[in-house]
Amino acid sequence: MKSETIFNRTIYLSALTVVVLLIAIFLTLLLASMPSIKTFGAGFFIGKTWDTASQKFGALPFLAGTLLTSFIALFISIPFSISISLFLGEYFKGGPVSAFLRSSIEVLAGIPSVIYGLWGLFLLMPMMRFIEVKVGVPPHGVGIMTSSLILTIMIIPFSASIGREVITLVPSDLKEAAYSLGATRFEVIKNIIIPYARSGMIAGILLALGRAIGETMAVTMLIGNSNFLPTSIFSPANTMASVIANEFAEATGVTASSLIYIGIVLFLVTMLVNIVGTYIIKKVSLEASKEVT
Amino acid sequence: METSYLLHAEAGGGVSSPSPVIDSSDKVEIKKDFNSKNHVKARIIKDIFFKSTVILFAFLSLLPLIFILYYITKNGIAVINWEFLTQLPRPIGETGGGIFNAIMGTLMLIVLSSIFSIPFGISAGIYLSEKGEGKIAHIVRLCVVVLQGTPSIVIGIIVYIWVVAPFGGFSALSGGIALSIMMLPVIIKTTEETLKLMPYSLKEASLALGVPYYKTILKVILPTGLSGILTGILLSVARITGETAPLLFTAFGNQFMNYNILKPIDSLPYRIFYYAMSPYPEWHTFAWGASFILVVVVLGFNLIARGISIKWKVQF
Amino acid sequence: MESPVLKVDGFSAYFGDNQVLKDINLSISNNLVTALMGPSGCGKTTLIRCVNRMHELIPGTKVSGKMYLRGDDIYELEPILLRRKIGMVFQKPNPFPMMSIYDNVIAGYKLNGIRLGKDEMDRIVEQSLKESALWNEVKDALHRKGTFLSGGQQQRLCIARALAMNPEILLLDEPTSALDPKSTAHIEELIVELKKNVTMLLVTHNIAQAARVSDFTAFIYLGDLVEFGPTEKMFTVPRDKRTEEYLTGKFG
Repeated sequence: MKSETIFNRTIYLSALTVVVLLIAIFLTLLLASMPSIKTFGAGFFIGKTWDTASQKFGALPFLAGTLLTSFIALFISIPFSISISLFLGEYFKGGPVSAFLRSSIEVLAGIPSVIYGLWGLFLLMPMMRFIEVKVGVPPHGVGIMTSSLILTIMIIPFSASIGREVITLVPSDLKEAAYSLGATRFEVIKNIIIPYARSGMIAGILLALGRAIGETMAVTMLIGNSNFLPTSIFSPANTMASVIANEFAEATGVTASSLIYIGIVLFLVTMLVNIVGTYIIKKVSLEASKEVT
Repeated sequence: METSYLLHAEAGGGVSSPSPVIDSSDKVEIKKDFNSKNHVKARIIKDIFFKSTVILFAFLSLLPLIFILYYITKNGIAVINWEFLTQLPRPIGETGGGIFNAIMGTLMLIVLSSIFSIPFGISAGIYLSEKGEGKIAHIVRLCVVVLQGTPSIVIGIIVYIWVVAPFGGFSALSGGIALSIMMLPVIIKTTEETLKLMPYSLKEASLALGVPYYKTILKVILPTGLSGILTGILLSVARITGETAPLLFTAFGNQFMNYNILKPIDSLPYRIFYYAMSPYPEWHTFAWGASFILVVVVLGFNLIARGISIKWKVQF
Repeated sequence: MESPVLKVDGFSAYFGDNQVLKDINLSISNNLVTALMGPSGCGKTTLIRCVNRMHELIPGTKVSGKMYLRGDDIYELEPILLRRKIGMVFQKPNPFPMMSIYDNVIAGYKLNGIRLGKDEMDRIVEQSLKESALWNEVKDALHRKGTFLSGGQQQRLCIARALAMNPEILLLDEPTSALDPKSTAHIEELIVELKKNVTMLLVTHNIAQAARVSDFTAFIYLGDLVEFGPTEKMFTVPRDKRTEEYLTGKFG
């Protein structure tokens, strides 16, 4: 065979491997979760009991855990990530302060999850316990709120960097038009920049949500590993990811299959979130590049 | 020029006749006092207030970083010494010992996952940059996005089913495979992006000399884009060095030294997790020490990656 | 003669160490179109950007000298108040793409946080669009986004947006440079028409355009105001050799 052909086939097959890999991942998860899907069906997601002894499995507590931690984290992170985006993308585009903030945010993004978990265990947990005593709830220290706080810190760099990107995409001639009408910078941000960058910012938030949903280690260390439906935002709980981390290694049979059932849901949800988020961002930057020409 | 202007003017006049001139006295009078000093002042104050809030929140986000780095440094450096770096863990009750096995394990996992992912990643990246417009390329790109967003714990499950279960046990090999799946999308993406930046003239110059297409890619395009690709590899290595979740059911952990890739192997992140979750204060200090090393390694990779992309940047 | 709308008095501007405007003196009276003409990079755009202090958005610019808007020192006013009184139209039509045509016209009020009654807004929109000769074309699509409009229509929408604020001066920064000849003619026609209501400062690198629409012309070259006077006179008997060379196409 000609070397040319070999080369072309090699790169083609490597690219195809990625597709095959993804399909294989999906099929494997589907196949391995089949016993559980057959036994529990869609009722799996409203079942409140997760009991290995009686082999009764319902994922509602973990669904609740994931949704609560992710959305609380998202909610708290929004003012911070928007502020960073505006700081880097609008107020201080260049200069040493901006460069410092930007590198610091990158460092924050680079710190491994397990270290966030460690830090949370020894600093956030005592702090949380103190607050819980003040509030008058059982002072577990670990639980949904603690995990949400650590998730907040972990997703800020992510949505902030996307936010900065979409804010810098706002055409400067629109901003100039607004200034020429006598707007203050705040009015330009509120009426021009945010509306123009909105879909991109939403995509950033969506991708951050995907991150939060899939985040495992730090949450596993801080959520308290409880398989009961959480009763308050301070309750110990488990997320979909953390219950897998906690139980999969020792699981067999239907237990393992049920954990994989959770895994496939996690896989599909993050897939959806990522595809939609990436699609929006692509569209936004395509439109912006059209504006320039 | 003048005549053509007149022609246009006439043609245009038919489409939309300029409105009757509006006398200045007809102008809508805005009675609102938006010219008043107070209104302007209020808006300026709002503007300053908003800017201050943005600056405040932006810097508040750095607080956790400062705290984390401070605690890792303070608690970490206190434990680190020659023994910590070169000795194996000792059972609880015995003082001393180190995390040599975890350091070596992490190194082995990096090597293993790089071996699996780099050839595939670069090769697929070349495909995307060269044949980037086809339908297959779009599907591949979509898959790369999905793969990058797939939670690491799911990758752990997959490799458990694919490798650990058939081989009958946790192993360094399975850990390497799990991490390589996580490296793959990063390498593909950076390779594609780097190669796409190569000017077409470079390829033309080589092809014009009679160099075959595949040699042009391998001998001209790829070496020119080396710094970008290397940056991508280092970033992906930085990403997986700190990963714990996919190792939980693959490489697992091992408190002894192990060089056999078919046996469980320790790693820095796993050791941190194991020590952090233990009830022993001495192990907690070890977790901080291991964290310090892990952070230095991960940030080091990031720093080198950035250095390469700045220093070696090929200018066109 | 009545007091000038705009008076420029010994005005200089710098980008960093680079002086882009050198001791400019100008006086512009009511309801006239004054063209600022010169080769690209001569400082004409900088001059009008200094009139509404838009240059301050770019860090590193410095100015010296004075400018007066109807006797008020421009550099002592709040920029946001000043800019409200001075309209500006840019090289490329830049209507706000996320707003309807109606909202684009009223954008100045919305941006400045001024609440108007529905009735007031309707009247301002109608009047401004009539003034910019766009009313007939868009009156049935006021609440659609302006993105379907042609380039020339978009530029007239931008003019309407500026006129809605009832400005003392309208600054036009090469408003036709991104338009086709037909739309250009349309805009030029409009400028002549608008003269009855508003004073205009038109930056152009198109000599013929200056001749067609302006009453006065200022020729700027390398940051110097070479010549300033009635357009007709300058185009027939230029006083300065550089003006003559420019008008006859010897450079630029």
